[in-house]
Amino acid sequence: MTLWLVLAVNSITFGGLLFLLSAGFSLIFGLMRIPNLTHGSLFMLGAYFGATFIGGYLALHFDFWIAALLAALLVAAFGAVVERLLLRQLPGQPLAQVLVTLGISFMAADFCLLVWGGDPINVATPAHLAGFVRAGPAVFPLYRLAVIVIAMVIALALWLLLDRTRLGAMIRAGVDDPDMARVVGIRVSQLFTIVFALGSGLAAFAGIIGAPILSVYPGLDQDMLPLALVVVILGGSGSLLGSFVGSIIVGFIYNFGQALFPELAYFVLFMPMLLVLLLRPQGLFGRFVP
Amino acid sequence: MTPLRLIALAIAALALATLPYWMSGIYYVNVASQILFFAVFALGLNVLAGYGGLVSLGHAALFGISAYATGYILQAGFGHPVAIIGALVVGVASMALYAVLSLRSTGIGFIMITLALGEILWGLAYRWISVTNGDNGINLHGRPAPFGIELNTATAFYYTTLVVFALAVVMVAIFVRSPLGAALKGTRDQPRRMNALGYHVWAIRFWACLFSGLLTSLSGILFVYYTQFISPQTLALTSSAEVLLMVISGGAGTLLGPIVGAGLVVIVKSVVSGFLERWNFLLGAIFVAIVILMPEGLVPGTARLWRLAWRRARGGGAPS
Repeated sequence: MTLWLVLAVNSITFGGLLFLLSAGFSLIFGLMRIPNLTHGSLFMLGAYFGATFIGGYLALHFDFWIAALLAALLVAAFGAVVERLLLRQLPGQPLAQVLVTLGISFMAADFCLLVWGGDPINVATPAHLAGFVRAGPAVFPLYRLAVIVIAMVIALALWLLLDRTRLGAMIRAGVDDPDMARVVGIRVSQLFTIVFALGSGLAAFAGIIGAPILSVYPGLDQDMLPLALVVVILGGSGSLLGSFVGSIIVGFIYNFGQALFPELAYFVLFMPMLLVLLLRPQGLFGRFVP
Repeated sequence: MTPLRLIALAIAALALATLPYWMSGIYYVNVASQILFFAVFALGLNVLAGYGGLVSLGHAALFGISAYATGYILQAGFGHPVAIIGALVVGVASMALYAVLSLRSTGIGFIMITLALGEILWGLAYRWISVTNGDNGINLHGRPAPFGIELNTATAFYYTTLVVFALAVVMVAIFVRSPLGAALKGTRDQPRRMNALGYHVWAIRFWACLFSGLLTSLSGILFVYYTQFISPQTLALTSSAEVLLMVISGGAGTLLGPIVGAGLVVIVKSVVSGFLERWNFLLGAIFVAIVILMPEGLVPGTARLWRLAWRRARGGGAPS
């Protein structure tokens, strides 16, 4: 019973991280119809930058949260530049988009290897969250619970942004019908940059928040990208609720699959995605069929 | 075919046929073999991605399935002919299953489903250790000896690969010129019109998938005989991405493009990596540069620049 409870908490924590990663992926995919294959790299870049700010580089030591914010801002700026300079030139050309995003992810992976080397970097949990919470026989690390809370808060903030603000209404209009949104005077191209930067920043933030749990290592990008894809396909692209529900589902499947059927862990992870694609191609909460 | 093209083709054929004699060192002959079997793989994917407009990001798993099948059949004690035929059957049958599942969708949906299928197969190969031996993979012992010719030397294997490569090129050239090939291009450009004209769009795509699967299996078998080893890494998303990059960078929907793309990727991976540690960065930069400078791919892009230069040189200068 204790094992199940611990697994469930771990699943929700991992689901929270996946939500931060995939919310941006889903919005980018939904709004711009770009399969952003750099998203795993953005996660990894965020983790590496954050780890550097925390660990001390050029005689600079930052608090965990400030480092996380800085890393997120840095990667968001990088995302905006990539969107402005490259992806902007390639609307409606999925082949070229795939080529460019994969090319950037190759470069990012090699850049990380060059700067930080091949050894994994362990990021310590922030001191004030290093404790444990006891609930009967089960013991939960405080940090994992904190990650859940952070993910919930950001989910709420994103929901408010998308559902209650003018910017959010414009983004939703862009997702539903980009041409009509342009006709009524929404500058969809500007939205693209904003959404891409936001998605990149969120992915980077997830990377550094996840670092104390997952650690930072070369290949982290390739581990996370397929998970983001699964979430978005399960939940449906362009839908925040879809990303949220999809992330929690994938978090559970991933953790329970690893624990119960270690040999078939990836099989049970990707099977539901295949079923959804076949039975409900727009995803559980999707707004359109890709 | 213009005389210029015929001459170029003859020179290329002659160069390939005599390669082991002017290429110094076994290492480079082996690199040439790799380029050729990856070119067969890229040609197979190009049938779908280039001519059919169906971009698969799970093709490495099909490639890997044929390689694993070869290994299993040999381990079971059968001879090489059984292994090769068996691996072809397994590869094409897997492609048929892939097609049934993924042809429900096109565009980005097709990319996603093939990616999921590829990840499932990779996950099985990687984690189902009791069956696949996990990351340790499967070792092969020995290469086949068709007509009594041992293939253990680099040169002999190169010529085998060259024969399969030439066959593949001819097959694709015939396919593209056949009514089925024309219909496939029709379903890529105007699926609804093709449907209205009475073509069975799904069936055309299905046959194209099978053809692509056949070429992919052929290259997978060559690969496993070349390396004598197959592990889950071969099935991973990065491998699928790599072969797709070969097709796109060379020029999707052209006969020469995937071959040039395979040459580019293999040379950067195995030759340039010898003296440039940051070859991955270079490969990524090349892909980005291709998209910016020649979005249609290296082969069509060079042809376009060539025509432009030709027109300038003749003094016309006026764009057509």
